[in-house]
Amino acid sequence: MAMIPLLAMVRKDLQLFFSDTRAVIVTFAVPIAIASFFGSIFSGPRSGAPARISVAVVDKDASAISKAIVSGAQGDKNLRVGTPAEDEARAAVRAGRTSIAVVIPKGFGDAAGKAFFGNGEKPALDLLYDPSRTVEVAMVRGILTEHVMQAVSKEMFGGEQGRAVVAQTLPQIEASKMPEDQKRALVDMLKSVQGFYGQATRDGQATGPRGITMPYAVNERAMTSGSNVAYNGYAHSFAGMGIQFLLFAAANLGIEILLERQRGLWKRLRSAPVSRFTLLAGKAASMTIVGLMTLAVSFGFAMAVFGVRIQGSLIGFISVSFACALMAATFGLLIAALGKTPAATRGVTTLAVLMMVMLGGAWVPTFIFPAWLQQATVIVPARWAVDGLDAMTWRGLGLRGALMPTVVLLGFAVAFGALAAARFRWEEA
Amino acid sequence: MEREGSAERLIPMLHVNNLRKAFGSLVAVDDVTFSVEPGQLVGLLGPNGAGKTTTVSMIAGLITADRGDVLIGGQRLDGDTDPSKRRIGLVPQDLALYEELTARANLRFFGALYNLTGARLDRAIAAALDLVGLADRAGDRVKTFSGGMKRRLNLAAGLLHDPDILLLDEPTVGVDPQSRNAIFDNLEVLKGRGKALLYTTHYMEEAERLADRIVVIDHGKVVANDTLAGLRSQVAVSGGALPNLETAFLTLTGRSLRD
Repeated sequence: MAMIPLLAMVRKDLQLFFSDTRAVIVTFAVPIAIASFFGSIFSGPRSGAPARISVAVVDKDASAISKAIVSGAQGDKNLRVGTPAEDEARAAVRAGRTSIAVVIPKGFGDAAGKAFFGNGEKPALDLLYDPSRTVEVAMVRGILTEHVMQAVSKEMFGGEQGRAVVAQTLPQIEASKMPEDQKRALVDMLKSVQGFYGQATRDGQATGPRGITMPYAVNERAMTSGSNVAYNGYAHSFAGMGIQFLLFAAANLGIEILLERQRGLWKRLRSAPVSRFTLLAGKAASMTIVGLMTLAVSFGFAMAVFGVRIQGSLIGFISVSFACALMAATFGLLIAALGKTPAATRGVTTLAVLMMVMLGGAWVPTFIFPAWLQQATVIVPARWAVDGLDAMTWRGLGLRGALMPTVVLLGFAVAFGALAAARFRWEEA
Repeated sequence: MEREGSAERLIPMLHVNNLRKAFGSLVAVDDVTFSVEPGQLVGLLGPNGAGKTTTVSMIAGLITADRGDVLIGGQRLDGDTDPSKRRIGLVPQDLALYEELTARANLRFFGALYNLTGARLDRAIAAALDLVGLADRAGDRVKTFSGGMKRRLNLAAGLLHDPDILLLDEPTVGVDPQSRNAIFDNLEVLKGRGKALLYTTHYMEEAERLADRIVVIDHGKVVANDTLAGLRSQVAVSGGALPNLETAFLTLTGRSLRD
């Protein structure tokens, strides 16, 4: 291969790239801006505290149980609870200022207490929610279940309302036509529960009845590269956006080749004693360099500003980055080979790149995809690129973790390059 | 083509032998044969779609001939990397230049395609720019150039590697009379240096002024291959005045539109 023409092509392409301010901004600055935005969303607040769901609770009951529910919700680390009037709460949800409003209707506590022992109709809590935030509704429903159960059971087993209900219920049980042994067992149980909570209070060993609580605790540990290494969502977002703009830059390279052909420049290149391989290799080399610079600038920024670190293998990170850049470069060649006119190709290419990065998990992690889609996206090169960079950054996997993504990406590069060479229009009439 | 005299004159610098090219059912070039000697400018004339550009493209190696040969100094041109391609300089009809780069950067790139580097490349760039009168604009971006300056730079790009043969595909399209005249002067200089020039054009007055021989091509076939005087004689009415080239051309190719 003739090195002088090859190096001249690389140098010329880099000169052209850097002479186009818009292209430089799009390639370097825009991915940083978008990745910073996505990173801030997926990383949560930098203090480490989880983002709280905004909930308005309207207590129209004002019973001991409803007050305990409000109090429990206000103490929950996942919720930010306000207690506005009902009209105000509705307006806040409608305007999107609050995700959910919980309305505790009048008589809720009394009815819930009776329903707790199974002899009353279940009262309803009204949940008014913003339809654009249904994921939060499911979370709030679960959290409320815990607080309602705790408040109702606490009151039923130890509170005034509970004692009154038991006192009211015991004669009803005695008078019922229930079999004698069952009747005796139920009465004994209710009396022992009352006795237990009364005992605990008198002995001063507890501040009061505890109610039913979750019978287990959860130790949450993020599985990152090390015990002292926190997950950094910016690592994923910079990988995703880096790949996205790498592919856009490569697509532009392909369109540039079409423009060169349109302007007659390709005739001049073809008239020189330079092989077809050198011409394609020169283009691929310049694009690979631009791609590597894109990733280097993006991750350099992420490291300096957002504390992203290569927790895995540095060699692995470089290998995956190189394979990504080469894959993108050959993707650009393929566009040049298959495209007819620059204008028509630009539209199709934009769609192709967006599909590729979306399915590859560059925008949102692939684990939120349906199972079948997660399986299907292994044929998308962007998926391997993002997974490979994730593996070398926040997952902290070693060199072995880079092996498969690198090999697969190089495989894509070979396939794209071969297809481009086979379909390239070499005849310049 | 064979002449009396020295042995080297037996072999033309460029010889096109029975070239044929078809695009599907359309035969664009059909058994085209002609030669260009060193220090000679051959005008390749023909109506639109006659096959001129296809012929030039085959000579430059841009497209593969279905049949026939292109001989450079007697050597058959074969393949993309044939060293004989170094002896050919192409000046395409399009302004094949990178507008965002300077004139020097453009020439540096095109020179490197012919393995020119370092001081040799610098000298070649200086000589080419000097010839076309753009030495003082070497550091300016091409996008700041006028149409005529771009045409002259387009010519300079084809000369960098000092080719023996220059293929000029309508090199004066869209330029003002001053730039056209400057290009003509450049071509005269090149002829004087012994270069073989193949010049396609629609402008009859250009061919009349520059060409030593004229090849008229129509429907892919050579319909005339002679000197200007010879062509005029061919179509002259017996006893009448010699027609000009345009009349001769129209007589040879007809008056029907070829759009």
